[in-house]
Amino acid sequence: MSRRRWNFRYAGIFLAAAGLCLMIFGIFRGEMSVVFDKAVRICMECIGIG
Amino acid sequence: MAEKNTKKNSKKRKQISEWPRHRIQFLWALITNSYLAGFLQGKIYTGKLKNLCVPGLNCYSCPGALGSCPIGALQAVIGSRNYQWAFYVSGFLIFVGALVGRFVCGFLCPFGLFQDLLHKIPFPKKLKTFRGDRLLRKLKYVILILFVILLPMFLTDILGQGSPYFCKLICPAGTLEGGIPLVLLNPVMRGAIGWLYTWKNALLIAMILLSIVIYRPFCKYLCPLGAIYSVFNPISVFRYRVDKEKCTNCGACARACKMNCDPVKNANDPECIRCGLCKKSCPTGAVCSGWKSEKKETSHGKQAAV
Ligand code: SF4
Ligand code: SF4
Ligand code: SF4
Repeated sequence: MSRRRWNFRYAGIFLAAAGLCLMIFGIFRGEMSVVFDKAVRICMECIGIG
Repeated sequence: MAEKNTKKNSKKRKQISEWPRHRIQFLWALITNSYLAGFLQGKIYTGKLKNLCVPGLNCYSCPGALGSCPIGALQAVIGSRNYQWAFYVSGFLIFVGALVGRFVCGFLCPFGLFQDLLHKIPFPKKLKTFRGDRLLRKLKYVILILFVILLPMFLTDILGQGSPYFCKLICPAGTLEGGIPLVLLNPVMRGAIGWLYTWKNALLIAMILLSIVIYRPFCKYLCPLGAIYSVFNPISVFRYRVDKEKCTNCGACARACKMNCDPVKNANDPECIRCGLCKKSCPTGAVCSGWKSEKKETSHGKQAAV
């Protein structure tokens, strides 16, 4: 049981690191500009018009 | 004696007050939605901070929003012509989820706070659970897969762009934080409203009424962001634990939990929003939470170190 918990704990740290790597990869691919472009214009779908 | 008891009771009530958590929720909602000019002029913030996602469901079309909603951003990238998958946003969600899980739901989501406050409105018969409650909680995973991922990915227009279908057809946070203020403040928007606006407002009203009777119905049954974070609850670095040596199995924690979890059975249940009510209600202090390893936090050091 305790070994399982130990593994879970490290799984969390490993996944957080993997998430960080994915984020950096996405930023290098230029995905941040898609997010930015969408977020700085009023989103018609969000507000229920589009 | 009676006075002593009353004092004791009021102390107990004070102990399980949710206001310290609500203060953090308020503060976070204020910080992340502090673009005042937006509310005054019926516009939205267009600065560099919008490159970044906030952890909770916070519409980027809210006039005050400084950051981007991760669910909106996920659909925007998946539905864009140039990208099939959103590594930046999914990486962000994995990062946050793996660190704190649904702690975000308990502390850092304005729409969670909104439902918390609604549930404080008195109602003769509050519903803690009902038949089919557990099954209905799976619906949020269906919404995540269908409306946030598959439809924006495959239901595209001739240019190859997919709409953010969750935002368009479901999200009541978008209606509350973006739709209502912008339509009220902006005459151009007012002229453009149609059936979709009516539908989304009807959904929001239903959610508001339900929240008075049931604790956080949107979080329990519909929210795709909660669905994502819930997957990480069992493995996140920040976690809950029950010290079996201190626990007397009195059931106080399970009775206090508004998400219907039983920390003794599973301290990191996917449904747990890490609100801390169980911790406060435990008479022996057996429920604890934190980042530290098992060894440091509980008394079975030797066992945990194996
Ligand atoms: S409509 Fe909802 S999901 Fe879409 S961006 Fe706004 S808050 Fe996020
Ligand atoms: S389930 Fe969704 S709406 Fe509820 S608190 Fe979590 S992120 Fe916010
Ligand atoms: S198990 Fe505890 S921390 Fe989790 S939702 Fe229930 S009361 Fe809150």
